[in-house]
Amino acid sequence: MASNPDEKIQGGFLGWVDARFPLSQMWNDHLAKYYAPKNFNFWYFFGSLALLVLVIQIVTGIFLTMFYKPDAELAFSSVEYIMRDVEWGWLIRYMHSTGASMFFVVVYLHMFRALLYGSYKKPRELIWIFGMLIYVVLMAEAFAGYLLPWGQMSYWGAQVIVNLFQTIPYIGPELVTWIRGDFLLSDATLNRFFALHVVALPLVLILLVAAHIIALHEVGSNNPDGVEIKAHKDENGLPKDGIPFHPYYTVKDIVGVGVFLIVFFAIVFFAPEGGGYFLKADNFIPSDPLVTPDLIPPVWYFTSMYSVLRSIPDPFLGVVAMGAAVVILFVIPWLDRNPVKSMRYRSFAAKFNLAVFVVAFVILGWLGLQQATTAVSDMSLRFAQVYFLFFFLLWFLSRERSAGFSILAFLVLVAIYTFYDVVRFDPDEASLIMWGWLIPTVYLFVTMVAPVFARGLGRDRAVPQRVTS
Amino acid sequence: MANQGVNRGRRRFLVAATSVVGGAGVAAVAAPMLASLQPSARAQAAGAPVEVALGEIEPGQRISVEWRGQPVWVVRRTDEMIEGLSRITDRLRDPNSEVEEQQPPYAQNEHRSIDPEFLVVIGICTHLGCSPTYRPEIGDPEMGAAWQGGWLCGCHGSRFDMAGRVYSNMPAATNLVIPPYKYLTDDVILVGEDDEEGGTV
Repeated sequence: MASNPDEKIQGGFLGWVDARFPLSQMWNDHLAKYYAPKNFNFWYFFGSLALLVLVIQIVTGIFLTMFYKPDAELAFSSVEYIMRDVEWGWLIRYMHSTGASMFFVVVYLHMFRALLYGSYKKPRELIWIFGMLIYVVLMAEAFAGYLLPWGQMSYWGAQVIVNLFQTIPYIGPELVTWIRGDFLLSDATLNRFFALHVVALPLVLILLVAAHIIALHEVGSNNPDGVEIKAHKDENGLPKDGIPFHPYYTVKDIVGVGVFLIVFFAIVFFAPEGGGYFLKADNFIPSDPLVTPDLIPPVWYFTSMYSVLRSIPDPFLGVVAMGAAVVILFVIPWLDRNPVKSMRYRSFAAKFNLAVFVVAFVILGWLGLQQATTAVSDMSLRFAQVYFLFFFLLWFLSRERSAGFSILAFLVLVAIYTFYDVVRFDPDEASLIMWGWLIPTVYLFVTMVAPVFARGLGRDRAVPQRVTS
Repeated sequence: MANQGVNRGRRRFLVAATSVVGGAGVAAVAAPMLASLQPSARAQAAGAPVEVALGEIEPGQRISVEWRGQPVWVVRRTDEMIEGLSRITDRLRDPNSEVEEQQPPYAQNEHRSIDPEFLVVIGICTHLGCSPTYRPEIGDPEMGAAWQGGWLCGCHGSRFDMAGRVYSNMPAATNLVIPPYKYLTDDVILVGEDDEEGGTV
């Protein structure tokens, strides 16, 4: 990079360092002279908060490893030792366990922001890909960490998830033995999950976060209007609608940090188990390979994907569907080809589509925590259908479609899942199947057919040249 | 020298050859790393056979013993339970135990055991590895009037009969696994080791 003359003028210690390491330049590139759009709103808190939670997890995690013993005989009691005998151990451990759930709260809100304002669209596709990789590694990290207390939920939750790989044809059983390092979930498994949790995955996570931020600062931040601020520069070459990240957004983000920490420590102090959602009662019982708890739901942040798994009656296809539910998120930038980034200027149909997706994701999450009764399985199937249809609609709503194509596509989609309903029809569950059928059908009708008759519903609005407010 | 007489073909060859050698080195290092994750010699040696005394089991009772870290159930079936096995054949996915990996040859019969009275089975659901709960009561109201006793997996709802055979249309696709075992005396069995024919009753 070309050196900036006014940085070289500085002497003293900083000048000495700058001549050997681009310290001032990095400070300027990423903070003091990184111009971000001036119209960031509430939704822009969660990126910096995710970074904060990462720091909390790393710091508390380092201290936990000083007392924890990754040994099937000792693990459970070493966690109890941290909770009871280590000074402030309970605080460190509860910060770490609450941090895990809050990480996902923050990350899900951060991902929603990207969907809301089209932050994944050109030229930010790689930021989205890096972000998705962070999400996947975070899930692996959380899963490995959940095994470490070696309680009943740790053990049986891991048993179920590791056994998912068993359903892969031919190589499945061998693969599972290789993952476990034993013929059952045992000390060998605990030890390697510990290594992954404290060394391998955090390293990958930090590298991906760095890549995510470097890519962001290369192309610049999106904003709630979805307008490129670099398109309007003043005589100094600075974006007219941009303000330096530091001090303007550092100060704004500190307010977010303050509010977040209030919520975070309220949970740590008053409800560290998160009402049974963050830490389950069964996990305060030492693991017992001979007795399965009555209900083994995954932790809340996995349950949406888990519902997709359970909605498919075939073991292997269920795993494929669950994998697809995650993988399909990666290709969003290439599905949604609509040039309008922000939902503010998108059509009613597009807004409705996103709203339904959020509702379906939350309902799937709730269903994943329930015992798998017939009604729960059937609703899981319906909302799994909605989950996947969302991605079709992202593509479908890329531009205004003709009346003929809209209605034809609608009929084809309805025919596909109706055919499956006919195949699996069971007179005992007739009303469940028929009422449930309305869920995807109404959803598709509003987003695909209604705009044919009321064109306003499917029409995007004009995007302003400059950011508003 | 700089750019004169650059032999591009040779340069390409050297880059490719270096890459291949380097790649072979990476693979050579990766192989032992990945292989180290397989069960160690100690894990493979573990799993000594377990003796179980049958005399103390009441009719209809199920006891649980640990073998290779897994629960092994031994059930003394009542006459009613044994009769029930043939009544539900049409509701089962594999009533004749045709999937050979699920049991030794001497347990490939309707009662899936050497002696019809005593069932010996690994108590791990063949779906995703939970341990099902014992529901021995015939006609258990929660399980339906046709229920002939068996197991219900709490995780994903798979049902098994009193011989560990899976019902049709369940998340689990195969019967519960019968471990190798043999009779040492009339009322002592050894789980984890067998003769060709499983000894005699």
